[in-house]
Amino acid sequence: MSISRTLSTTNRVLRQLLHDPRTLVLLFVVPSILITILKYVFEKQNSVFSSIAPMLLGIFPMVMMFLITSITTLRERRSGTLERLMSTPLDKTDFIFGYAIAFSFLAFLQALITSTTMLVILKVTVLGGTVATLIGAVISALLGTSLGLFLSAFANTEFQAIQFMPAVIFPQFLVCGLFVPRDQMSKILQWFADIMPLTYSVDAMKQVTLSSKWTFTHTKDLLIVLSFSIFALILGSITIKRQRKG
Amino acid sequence: MNNQKIKINNVSVVLGGNVKALDKINLEIKKGLITGLIGPSGAGKSTLVKSIVGSLKLTAGEILVFGNKPASKELRKNIGYMTQELSVYSDLSIKENLKYFGRTYGMKRNTLNSEIEKLLEKIELTEKKNVLVSNLSGGQKQRVSLGLAMLPDPELLILDEPTIGLDPTLRNKLWKLFRELVDQNNKTIILTSHSMDEARRCDDLILIREGRVLIQGSPKYILDKTNSKDIEEAFLKLTETK
Repeated sequence: MSISRTLSTTNRVLRQLLHDPRTLVLLFVVPSILITILKYVFEKQNSVFSSIAPMLLGIFPMVMMFLITSITTLRERRSGTLERLMSTPLDKTDFIFGYAIAFSFLAFLQALITSTTMLVILKVTVLGGTVATLIGAVISALLGTSLGLFLSAFANTEFQAIQFMPAVIFPQFLVCGLFVPRDQMSKILQWFADIMPLTYSVDAMKQVTLSSKWTFTHTKDLLIVLSFSIFALILGSITIKRQRKG
Repeated sequence: MNNQKIKINNVSVVLGGNVKALDKINLEIKKGLITGLIGPSGAGKSTLVKSIVGSLKLTAGEILVFGNKPASKELRKNIGYMTQELSVYSDLSIKENLKYFGRTYGMKRNTLNSEIEKLLEKIELTEKKNVLVSNLSGGQKQRVSLGLAMLPDPELLILDEPTIGLDPTLRNKLWKLFRELVDQNNKTIILTSHSMDEARRCDDLILIREGRVLIQGSPKYILDKTNSKDIEEAFLKLTETK
């Protein structure tokens, strides 16, 4: 792995997005609009909104980065640029980590804008503070990026890549504890939730909301999400073949 | 990269659907020449170049490129590959594409810019260097793709249909450039074409059909051997006899 080649890949991915202002607007503005809508959905139940909103900050970055990464990598695979890159001295890890750094940076900006909207404009109280909120959001985005990089190998078209959303993300979304506390779900779903990374991302955000101190549980939750992301990145690099079978 | 030859020993490639794209091919490609892989669509030309580059796994046989295995680190540093698909980032400008690919070859920032300017002149795209590739014509995109392969000044250039869709004037200029690279800079070029007309410009020809080599040799050798006036006639005669 070469730092210079990895950062060149990061720079290239970010430049591609800079040439696509529509995607940037969607990426940075939509989460804030959704959280604002949610605020008025729970207009008469402000306490419910205050507990859900930070948890959404653990979900939005993952979902959006998953979508963007899976489609961008799929385009690389299908347009021939990946094949061309693999004929150069670029290492697979340069490619994978270049993407991961680029999207983590975007996630940081997205989280900064969304948490500013949530904390300053919508006046949600987060006891853990802004920094802990941002850390949680960036790690959640890294999870989305790594899952997107990995799963894009199994899609042949953009249409298929989008179908991974309901197949891979929605089940996690349903059981992560956002709608119903997990201990009130059926045992099987609790077990399922226990092995899904989004659960820990949402739990980490819960910790940030409820505790002013950085707890052991909070660290554990973030480490689980981080480990899962690294595992998916490794799997992602395995799916990138320098030599494909005839 | 001291070895002087690309050796292709008994190579077969079976693609999905059990299609035999290459069938027990044996070849030697010499260093310092323009070698043309000539044949109709579906003959196996792209499969053969992908096998040499190392992006495709062989079903059987072995390839050694100047003593190195395809896709090896040593070879990747010394190879410039232009794929048949454009394989260019359409949402980046020409210069941004060149910069990125230059960096993947480890080119230093200070030399990279001057090399890019020189290359842009050669491929006649200096005026358009800051234009997004998506806004270029087909022929211009083709030249960007060729530029990406040439930028690192590799010892071996593998060009899959480099002149397809280009107007005759530009095609002529590019051929002059290829000749200059080989004769004055001691580079090796392997290119594919389905145009029999372009074949006479190569030093060495490999006529290929249905995954098999019909003949290899200089254009003159092939014309003499088949008693033909042009390569197209030679190709047709060889197809009939085999």
